[in-house]
Amino acid sequence: MDSSLNKQMNELRTACDRNVSLAEIADIVESVLKGLESEVSGSGVDIGVVGELEALSEAIKSARSELSALSPEDIRNEHIPAATNELDAIVLATEVATNSIMEVAEDIEKISEDLPPEAQEKLNDAVVRIFESCSFQDITGQRITKVVQTLKIIESEVDGVLSAFGDDVARERKKNLDAELDSSSERADEQILHGPQSEGEASSQDDIDKLLASFD
Amino acid sequence: MAVDMKMPILIVDDYKTMLRIVRNLLKQVGFENVDEAADGGEAFNKMKEKQYGLVISDWNMEPVTGIQLLQQVRADANMKDTPFIMITAESKTENVIAAKGAGVSNYIVKPFNAETLKQKLTAVLGAF
Repeated sequence: MDSSLNKQMNELRTACDRNVSLAEIADIVESVLKGLESEVSGSGVDIGVVGELEALSEAIKSARSELSALSPEDIRNEHIPAATNELDAIVLATEVATNSIMEVAEDIEKISEDLPPEAQEKLNDAVVRIFESCSFQDITGQRITKVVQTLKIIESEVDGVLSAFGDDVARERKKNLDAELDSSSERADEQILHGPQSEGEASSQDDIDKLLASFD
Repeated sequence: MAVDMKMPILIVDDYKTMLRIVRNLLKQVGFENVDEAADGGEAFNKMKEKQYGLVISDWNMEPVTGIQLLQQVRADANMKDTPFIMITAESKTENVIAAKGAGVSNYIVKPFNAETLKQKLTAVLGAF
């Protein structure tokens, strides 16, 4: 085998604790091709093998070009952070608004203490309905957390693409992000945590009461 | 036995707005001695310092979840009989079965209303 190709292979074997990038694979394929081309005319090497390797080299170049056109760096550094920032802003804004609404409801409750009993009761009922409605903020917050988790997974996959281009920083980021995602799935109850369900899928309080009663 | 309306109740949730909602709804039915915790770990530490008559807890919190808190409470000789109501958005059958297996006293699914909370309080504590 060509000595420079041998040297490349040995270097890769020594560095086998990391993923090999597309660029490195393309370089190796190019080296193999060059080595074979120089031997083809002399020793009768199978032209078909050379053709296969040329096709492989072209496929790798084409894949790199297509991946590059996706602008993975823009997705990683701009679009995903922009999306998570917007989602964080939504959670914060709904929290502030909900607290404002509840503050007003608490004020109404205090004022109602000076009213005749019938009026007080009606106002208290209205105040209770306001408190019940404010629980939307908890549900929307949980749904947004699920979306942020999905974005983190996409972010990790994009880092995987970037590291395939030889981006060591992206490789390290992916390792850290995967560790963070893995640690959140290590909780014993993680497999049965689903968060708020869609209307057709959620069990009602009645369903849950019947299930609990069946244990008695 | 009559329900002690002054007994301390511990409410546990990582969303401050939900803590405020539950506190206000408890006040509406007459319970005003309410402490708060933002996750299961903080709640368990408070329970080691004070005997609570009831715990109302969310499930999905970090680092200690509601069901982990429930398991710790039921495993502790001083706390094991504390009534424990889970209030959570987790509504699948497997969640309810897991909570019941861990020793939950009752289970409320979010979003809930004041009437449901009162019914479950009555079921767990007795009429008040």
